[in-house]
Amino acid sequence: MIKLNIPNQKINEARQAAKKITTDLKWLLNEYSSVTIERTILRLLGIDGATADGTPYPNVIVDYLKDNHLIDKGAAYHICNAMAKTHKSAQEVAEMIISGKLNLTDLEPQANEKVFQIIQAETQKMLNHIKKQKEFREKQYEKFGPRKKPSLYVIVATGNIYDDVKQAKAAAMQGADIIAVIRSTAQSLLDYVPYGATTEGFGGTFATQENFRIMRQGLDEVGEELGRYICLTNYASGLCMPEIAAMGAIERLDVMLNDAMYGILFRDINPKRTLLDQYFSRMINAYAGIEIQTGEDNYLTTSDAIEKAYTVTASQLINEQFAIMSGIKHNKMGIGHAYEIDPDMENAFLYELAHALLTKELFPDSPTKYMPPTKHVTGNIFKTYIINAMFNFVSQLTGQGVQLLGMLTEAVHTPHLQDRALAIENAEYIFKTMKDLNQEISIPEDGFINKRANEVLSQASEFLSKVAEQGLFKAMAEGKFADIKRAEDKGKGLNGVFKKSDTYINPFMDQMKIELGLV
Amino acid sequence: MSFKIDPTRIKPYGDTLNDGRMQLSFALPVSCDEAGKEAAKILLKTMGFENIEICFLKDLHEGFTQFVAYANTLVTIDTTKIHVKVVDTEVMNMDETDEFIEKNIGRSLTVVGACIESDAHTVGIDAIMNMKGYNHRFGIERYKYFNAYNMGAQVPSEELLKKAKEVNADAILVSQIVTQKDIHIKNLTRLIEIAESEGVRDKMLFICGGPRISHELAIELGYDAGFGSGSYSTNVASFIAIEMEKRLNNK
Repeated sequence: MIKLNIPNQKINEARQAAKKITTDLKWLLNEYSSVTIERTILRLLGIDGATADGTPYPNVIVDYLKDNHLIDKGAAYHICNAMAKTHKSAQEVAEMIISGKLNLTDLEPQANEKVFQIIQAETQKMLNHIKKQKEFREKQYEKFGPRKKPSLYVIVATGNIYDDVKQAKAAAMQGADIIAVIRSTAQSLLDYVPYGATTEGFGGTFATQENFRIMRQGLDEVGEELGRYICLTNYASGLCMPEIAAMGAIERLDVMLNDAMYGILFRDINPKRTLLDQYFSRMINAYAGIEIQTGEDNYLTTSDAIEKAYTVTASQLINEQFAIMSGIKHNKMGIGHAYEIDPDMENAFLYELAHALLTKELFPDSPTKYMPPTKHVTGNIFKTYIINAMFNFVSQLTGQGVQLLGMLTEAVHTPHLQDRALAIENAEYIFKTMKDLNQEISIPEDGFINKRANEVLSQASEFLSKVAEQGLFKAMAEGKFADIKRAEDKGKGLNGVFKKSDTYINPFMDQMKIELGLV
Repeated sequence: MSFKIDPTRIKPYGDTLNDGRMQLSFALPVSCDEAGKEAAKILLKTMGFENIEICFLKDLHEGFTQFVAYANTLVTIDTTKIHVKVVDTEVMNMDETDEFIEKNIGRSLTVVGACIESDAHTVGIDAIMNMKGYNHRFGIERYKYFNAYNMGAQVPSEELLKKAKEVNADAILVSQIVTQKDIHIKNLTRLIEIAESEGVRDKMLFICGGPRISHELAIELGYDAGFGSGSYSTNVASFIAIEMEKRLNNK
């Protein structure tokens, strides 16, 4: 059987360094919150809707709490206190605040017992709904059998959610297991989640609760027809990570792009803000049984895939530790990597194989997510098709969990209907005809592939221990990750970070921690 | 067989001169059966093809079918009448460009680059500007005689121009990767319009790049140059150096 030979101790050293990096940031996760975390709490309390100018209610309320210096106690307390006073629902309370009929600044605190009764009831109500969604998914898998491995993951990106549904259904019928709905360009930098269905998006549709609902319904329909559960993916990233995770939990998304550091490095979002937001968003995903995926492919789109291979490994190990802190189990941890080595290089395929095996060796129980070649593919669709076949070959050989299918028209346009069909055909051919090939192959311990994998892990381990020594924030400020310098007190969304008071409460996080065994 | 190519009457070449044979692949919202196949044939016939062979069709579901076809076109073109606008300045490597600037301009050139507006994809601007460069060509940051500022992704046009004014830029580099629904045209037009209204359009070189950008398109949009796929830092840096030399020395 194809397998690397790496000393366990070497893996443990790298893992321990990553663990130190993440646990050193516990102070931040314990003592701070952010505006999007508070908006998530409002959404989980059932507050939804938007004003005439499109500002979502959760934003209006959180801004109101912030402007009136009430935020440090947490949004949950204030809403539930008002509910105790008015005997109205959270949604009605929100509407009263927005219309000016209710002023929270002079609202006297109601009896604590009463307020906390409401908090508990509201928390249970939503968490029960999320649990039901999780159970429904699990029942579907029992009914239809588990997802294929590697799973076939394709994207739809028409900009119109109704067109997306049509293309997604077609893709499912062609054999796709996972459908990702690409977000409109630039959503990651919006400090709010747009409201309603998208019919004219650029580069995709917005991640909105309504879009989630529409696509979920479409995929459930086609899944029943096919006798297969079709997974829905979106992106819990950017400035609204936990809100999007919550919407996904409510509408039963199955997979979420949810990287711990991506926003900091590639979107210039403030480091504190991102780490806080990823912590809660991942906890919601853990609770809802949503599989997360990490974005290590991004390290290779601008850096050299051989020289910087260790940055992928290092990021994977950090992502793993942050995920563990949020209660995510390995079977829901889609650790990412990519097939991005220059195809004109001699033995490029051997390097790819070594790197893919290393990821699998480090995360044997994870549905690792393998990203297709994008950087070195051109408009030569015929050559791209071959490179994608080799990419599929590596995935089958190394047992990756999720195969994000490469499109022959990568670098030309967002996939056309037949591009996707050809990609699925390519993958199915390889996965089927080479199904058990990995049982027949072994790798010599002193051969190139095994040596290369060991070398990358050594570099990653060395890098991680240096970062652990100086701390993640300092390392980022010095540009240790992806050659991009990110300072702790700079970047977008910093003004949305605040210190919690002693009486602060996030009832959803508290309850999730208990049920996830984090306390 | 005579093999005389007539440049005024060029046709696609399959395996015989002027056979006009072309390969085509497309999807139609028709059923995957004989009727659907006929629809594909009629489409190609209507487009002016003949000797049409639908060699493959496949059900894409949801009412769509994919076709692969070979057919002969009757159309010919006169290649003697073609005039393409291309960036025709000499391409120098990094050392040559630095030397050129040192000798002919005598000061460093300042370049500000960004992916503007909605575009979040920095792969293009990074390939041109980042120290490391791309495919064995160092980025502009590495050049001795360039001060380079890479502002990254999703930079509003206003901010790019503000920065350019602030650092007294000689050239602005704009990358546009996403082209869905012609968003790149809208973004590039917006930048030029703002630059014109702020009166800075002629104070610096405006250069755009991206996989779907040609020099001709760039000129049409009011830019000084455009670089499409296959362009490297060396192409861009040489152009800036040579063009600036011309302008500064009033050539």
